[in-house]
Amino acid sequence: MAFTPFQHLTSLRSSTRQFLQPGLISRWHIDPFLTLSLLALIGLGLLVLYSASNGDSAIVLRQVMRFTMALVVMVLVAQIPPHRMLSWAPWLYIGGVILLVAVLVMGDIGKGAQRWLDLGIFRFQPSEILKLAIPMFLAWYLHERILPPNFGQILICGIIIVIPVLLTAKQPDLGTAIMLACAGAMVLFLAGIRWRLLIVMALAAAAALPALWYVMHDYQRKRVLTFINPESDPLGAGYHIIQSKIAIGSGGVFGKGWLNGTQSHLNFLPEHTTDFIFSVMGEELGLMGAIVLIALVLMIVLRGLYMSTQAKDTFSRLVSGSLILTFFFSIAVNIGMVSGLLPVVGVPLPLVSYGGTSLVTLMASFGVIMSLHSHRKLMSKKY
Amino acid sequence: MSKRLTLKDHQLEIALYQRRAIVALVLVLILAAGLILRLYYLQVIQHKLYTTLSEKNQVTLLPIPPNRGIIYDRNGVIIAENTPVFSLEMIPDKVANVPETVKALGKIINLSPEDLAAFNKQLKQHRRFDSVPLKVKLDEQDIAKFYVNQFRFPGVMVKAQLIRYYPLGPNFVDVLGYVGRINENEVQKVDPINYAATNFIGKLGIEKHYEDILHGRVGYQEVETDAGGRIVRVLKRIPPVPGNNLYLSIDANLQIAAQQALGEDFGSVVVIDPNTGEILAMVSNPGYDPNLFVQGISQADYQALQNAPGKPLYNRAIRGQYPIASTIKPYLALEALNSRTIDLKFKINDPGYYSLPGSAHVYRDWKKGGHGVVDVMKAVQVSCDTFFYTVGVKMGITHIHGILTDFGFGKPTGIDLDEELGGLVPDPTWKRKAKGQPWYLGDTVISSIGQGFMLTTPLQLANAVSQMAMRGQGYQVHLLMQTQDAKGRLTKIAPIPLTPIRIDADVWDSVIMAMHNVTQPGGTAAAIGNAPYAFAAKTGTGQVFSTFGRDTPKSQFLPKNLRDNTMFIVFAPMDKPQIAIGVVDENSHNAKFIARKVMDSYFSRHPYDGIHTVPAPDLTPVEH
Repeated sequence: MAFTPFQHLTSLRSSTRQFLQPGLISRWHIDPFLTLSLLALIGLGLLVLYSASNGDSAIVLRQVMRFTMALVVMVLVAQIPPHRMLSWAPWLYIGGVILLVAVLVMGDIGKGAQRWLDLGIFRFQPSEILKLAIPMFLAWYLHERILPPNFGQILICGIIIVIPVLLTAKQPDLGTAIMLACAGAMVLFLAGIRWRLLIVMALAAAAALPALWYVMHDYQRKRVLTFINPESDPLGAGYHIIQSKIAIGSGGVFGKGWLNGTQSHLNFLPEHTTDFIFSVMGEELGLMGAIVLIALVLMIVLRGLYMSTQAKDTFSRLVSGSLILTFFFSIAVNIGMVSGLLPVVGVPLPLVSYGGTSLVTLMASFGVIMSLHSHRKLMSKKY
Repeated sequence: MSKRLTLKDHQLEIALYQRRAIVALVLVLILAAGLILRLYYLQVIQHKLYTTLSEKNQVTLLPIPPNRGIIYDRNGVIIAENTPVFSLEMIPDKVANVPETVKALGKIINLSPEDLAAFNKQLKQHRRFDSVPLKVKLDEQDIAKFYVNQFRFPGVMVKAQLIRYYPLGPNFVDVLGYVGRINENEVQKVDPINYAATNFIGKLGIEKHYEDILHGRVGYQEVETDAGGRIVRVLKRIPPVPGNNLYLSIDANLQIAAQQALGEDFGSVVVIDPNTGEILAMVSNPGYDPNLFVQGISQADYQALQNAPGKPLYNRAIRGQYPIASTIKPYLALEALNSRTIDLKFKINDPGYYSLPGSAHVYRDWKKGGHGVVDVMKAVQVSCDTFFYTVGVKMGITHIHGILTDFGFGKPTGIDLDEELGGLVPDPTWKRKAKGQPWYLGDTVISSIGQGFMLTTPLQLANAVSQMAMRGQGYQVHLLMQTQDAKGRLTKIAPIPLTPIRIDADVWDSVIMAMHNVTQPGGTAAAIGNAPYAFAAKTGTGQVFSTFGRDTPKSQFLPKNLRDNTMFIVFAPMDKPQIAIGVVDENSHNAKFIARKVMDSYFSRHPYDGIHTVPAPDLTPVEH
């Protein structure tokens, strides 16, 4: 007898169905609960961005345009039937890796790191493609195999993960490399890799950390040292994290009030529209605002995780599960980073930080989750 | 492919996935809880700490300097004030093109290469939003030209700074001293908070002695600044408390008169009101302009002052070390009579020299051939050296030392200036300690006419004669008459009586009469002539060029800087003294005439014996 712990959640599913069905939304493969939660988080993010940009409505407008574009991408991706995703997965992966190599070879230099590929009309980061391609390609590989995977299969998966992760780390973009590794690890975890192996791998990774030190760039080493003792260099590398903690800590329970954060408005807080936007929120909206944000994130993650359990096939389960967990992981890393729990690795706060490329990828991944969920009956029929 | 598919147990895989999803869910919840705990720690437990840090980040205290107290003379004439000095300044942050703007400004205001060099140097040292001086000390024309064209120069402005100014310059420098920029030594000594915004500090004279009263209390401006240090807004302002104004006892008219009386001569005049100890005038000639020092004197100007004839920087009035010379004689006469060493009938026959018993060494009288039969009254009047040699030896060095010390010689008078020197009244103890030699009777002989080791400042001369005028009931000399706080309240400085000098009344009468006779026909100062009031005086001559017992050459045959110094002490009117004067005239014999001019100036403006009417003073006091 199978253990199905998510059965009691079906009542929630049926209630949303009753509420919105038979509507246009479900025919367009859009999940209403997930979409509303996403819109709520985006709305909160725009409020914070307005304040963080010192009331620059041009920046907010540009961000709204990006969200609109990203939402369109999400809706479009949600229309792609899962079997097509399955067949595209290897090509997406191979294409992404080739672009990564291309970036390394001829990518132009932005912010001292080679991340961008200039396509004339717009520039994009090939590593973003891999955020989708790695879990999809891994799921494609494991889709027809018996789970949990055996040692040989895990080794192959490992290689699939390591190639783009190393290429991205070489750019150097440590933050994205960690996210890519995380996405791959999530697939393996959800595929049921044995606990013993998981522990051995974790220990191996821990043992590899000192080795990592030698391949790190100077600025990355500095970040690690700064994380260990930020006060050692209060005006240099440690400045970011000290000012961020001051911003969050001085916010208190209810915050200094929207638009009233002194740390960001007086420019003490660096990167306050991008990587450190959570600190702005912590300062202005306090612990309450932070709890609201985390609650919204949890709603999205729980819904996504639930949707993944409803999938009828391995590919859908692994892809949607790993994408939603990676989303949570990047949120957790960002908040951990700005609150001084983790080193500053340059991971933006998804859906809130100002910026374009990662937004599109992220919304596309929600589109994938929605499509896989909405088309699940189709998948089960086909296989 | 389909064969392998049949090997997959879908139900098993779903269960496996769901178990893993639950583990993931639990991990997600744990992580979320961990983050919220971390935020709770920062925002609730450490909230106070981070609030403090946040405020420290944004709030800066900017000190505001207090205005230095103004100094007036006794009649309210301003002798030290703060005047605005205008400078042209630029905030580079607000100027689109700095070199172009400077070029355009140069067309309307004359900018010297030094101005430009200083500006370019400071431009690099300042933050872009700090104002950088382009030209200091703008004249009125410059200011007018700039204001007409100001609209063309956003980010350029005229700024006013208050600078100490001494309107009567060299006339008061010996009293006032001056302020100058605080140096590193002074920074160590002052209260760093109270001087946070202060650039100037009293360096000398009254400005130094009353620095605490003149400086005032620093004010603060609490401003919010951004990460770059730009001021966003002012949160709070605690205004500074200006320093107290000082009214000195100096009479500006008399001060200038004394200076004019000295003329080209090097020397010093000190005038005291004996009834209070207030200094009415204190001059050291030559003087110098204290305004040179306020903004920092150039090396060349300083060298010139140091090497100038008469050493202007040397304040003779309180630091000059002259032999007391014959002005010692009235004090010795007092002591000799009071101690009953002699009486009024005591007479000697002066052959023009003195020898100690059993010694061939001859101490000459200033007058070749001597004064004949001399009693104490005549001895003072004609300044008979032989008489005082005899009397000095008769009463001994202890009496001489005692009476001179009583009259304030040999120690600082305690005037409210820090630079005063104490002079010297020698005695055997001092000589053994300082010279390692015993006291010889010969030392007593030359001490009896105020020569030898004996040294005095002009201030001490005036101080002693002031006590003489008061018949021993004198007052502590001082320059500060009253202070005025920021609210305009005046605090008078009460005269401090000195320990009375106990001498019999008839002895005072005799000696003061003898001093009056000095100014009468037959006296050494008969040449100063008569006045509607009587005065009591004593002359003195200090040798600059030692004759080593030979006859003194006629002074006019000596080069000027080797000629004798003359001294003069006087008080007037004799029976109800209003002023006491000490004069030292270097290398010249004019001391008594200088004193006369000072007295004339004083009594032309002050009634004596209630008869005289007072014309308006030359310097008009300032109304408050």
